[in-house]
Amino acid sequence: MIRITGLSKAFLTPSGRVTALQEINLTIDKGDIFGIIGFSGAGKSTLLRCLNRLEEPDSGTIRIEGNEITRLDKVQLREARKKIGMIFQQFNLFESRTVFGNVAFPLEIAGYPKERIRERVEEILELVELTDKIASYPAQLSGGQKQRVGIARALANKPDVLLSDEATSSLDPKTTWAILNLLQDINSKLGLTIVLITHEMDVLRRICRNAAVLDAGEIVETGPVARLIANPQQKTTRLFLASDGLPAAARAGHDPHGGEESRDAG
Amino acid sequence: MQADLFPLLATGLGETLYMVALATLFAILLGLPLGVALVVTEPGHILSAPRLNRVLGTLVNITRSFPTLILIVLLLPLSRLLVGTTLGSTAAVVPLAIGSAPFLARLIENSLKEVDRGKIEAAQAMGATPAEIIRKVMIPESLASLTLGVTLAIITITGFTATAGAIGAGGLGSLAVRFGYQRYRTDVMVATVVVLVVLVELVQWGGNRIARRINKNRHTFG
Ligand SMILES: Nc1ncnc2c1ncn2[C@@H]1O[C@H](COP(=O)(O)OP(=O)(O)OP(=O)(O)O)[C@@H](O)[C@H]1O
Ligand SMILES: [Mg+2]
Repeated sequence: MIRITGLSKAFLTPSGRVTALQEINLTIDKGDIFGIIGFSGAGKSTLLRCLNRLEEPDSGTIRIEGNEITRLDKVQLREARKKIGMIFQQFNLFESRTVFGNVAFPLEIAGYPKERIRERVEEILELVELTDKIASYPAQLSGGQKQRVGIARALANKPDVLLSDEATSSLDPKTTWAILNLLQDINSKLGLTIVLITHEMDVLRRICRNAAVLDAGEIVETGPVARLIANPQQKTTRLFLASDGLPAAARAGHDPHGGEESRDAG
Repeated sequence: MQADLFPLLATGLGETLYMVALATLFAILLGLPLGVALVVTEPGHILSAPRLNRVLGTLVNITRSFPTLILIVLLLPLSRLLVGTTLGSTAAVVPLAIGSAPFLARLIENSLKEVDRGKIEAAQAMGATPAEIIRKVMIPESLASLTLGVTLAIITITGFTATAGAIGAGGLGSLAVRFGYQRYRTDVMVATVVVLVVLVELVQWGGNRIARRINKNRHTFG
């Protein structure tokens, strides 16, 4: 379980203070696939990055499986991070390493002995169906294959939580579908909690059980996805559902309930 | 052309190669940590220390603004301290290495900065220590570019050795001055220049080849 209380974060920029998150309170159940949605600049990435403190929160507490992340010192934080996987829109694979080397990286960091590394890498590559690419370099892979490597790398050290920041946003619809299937598969097989940011309604509908809607650094609505879709309480939620993640202006004039048809037509 | 040309050239080349090899080795030993430090102590980087970063940057700039010859002369007392003499090839290695280390550090800094921040963040998110990030991510990811930097440094150091030759370091530079210039041996002068040009070409060719080899699997293009 992830429990976030009173989380705030502001950035100091040359042009002034930018509030990215304001008093966020959120609970994510163990084993859930939790979506974070909202328009660009709402603070989604900042919220996700606070969970492993790639971004240092100004105030508030974050607990993951009882471990108070926000209180850890540097050394403890590194240990905690070994159990929090993360995948990225740009994959962020190491180009100097083969698929094997990429997936082995977190295991090397965690101090696995050599034989165990090979064993574990092979096992996890089987899970993401990339066994035949074990000796390839990232440059020799397609986008979908790269993200599979990213997922394998994130899962290698058996994390409790997987954080995903727009992991399918640079993939085509078919590949997106396959990756989502994989995440769902992993979620049910390994029972790990997945927190994912998306601006795609399809992604939300397809795999998230619960979600939070973020607007200008605040959570405006949270609950089961089915309920959010059937009965959105907040304007941002309705706008988001209607816009299918695009800025509202881009879809001006469209019937808010016509998302499905108009996408098929487009 | 006289009969002693080839023995002279062989000795000169040997001394030059000796100086370049040792000076490059020590320049890397000094320049690599310095180059890494210039990157990782930047504000917001993995060992953020803005003050130290500014001090290091200023230090590097000051040494780099010295003309080569003056730097060599200034560092000769250090040679006496470390090697016991200010004459000869071994003594020249000290100022050559120290004089080119800041230059190499800048080249290394630029190479390391080419590594995408996303990769470094990915390593951080996996719980890697700063040392692991430097060793397992930053250096391997920029290895081709680092190789080209070292190649350029070797060529620059080769030029430095020729300058140092003029003040008693030995090598091809001293050969050109002692025989070519002071004894009007045009054959020695011309041969020295030809050997230096070939040497530099070979180093560049080798460096390019290694860099291409490193990059072979990393890019689908080129
Ligand atoms: N490193 C930073 N420095 C300054 N401001 C930042 C920084 N990171 C984020 N911000 C600001 O914080 C706010 C939230 O940004 P964040 O990246 O979390 O949004 P997001 O919801 O992920 O948007 P997107 O959908 O475009 O990725 C924005 O106003 C952004 O400009
Ligand atoms: Mg974002």
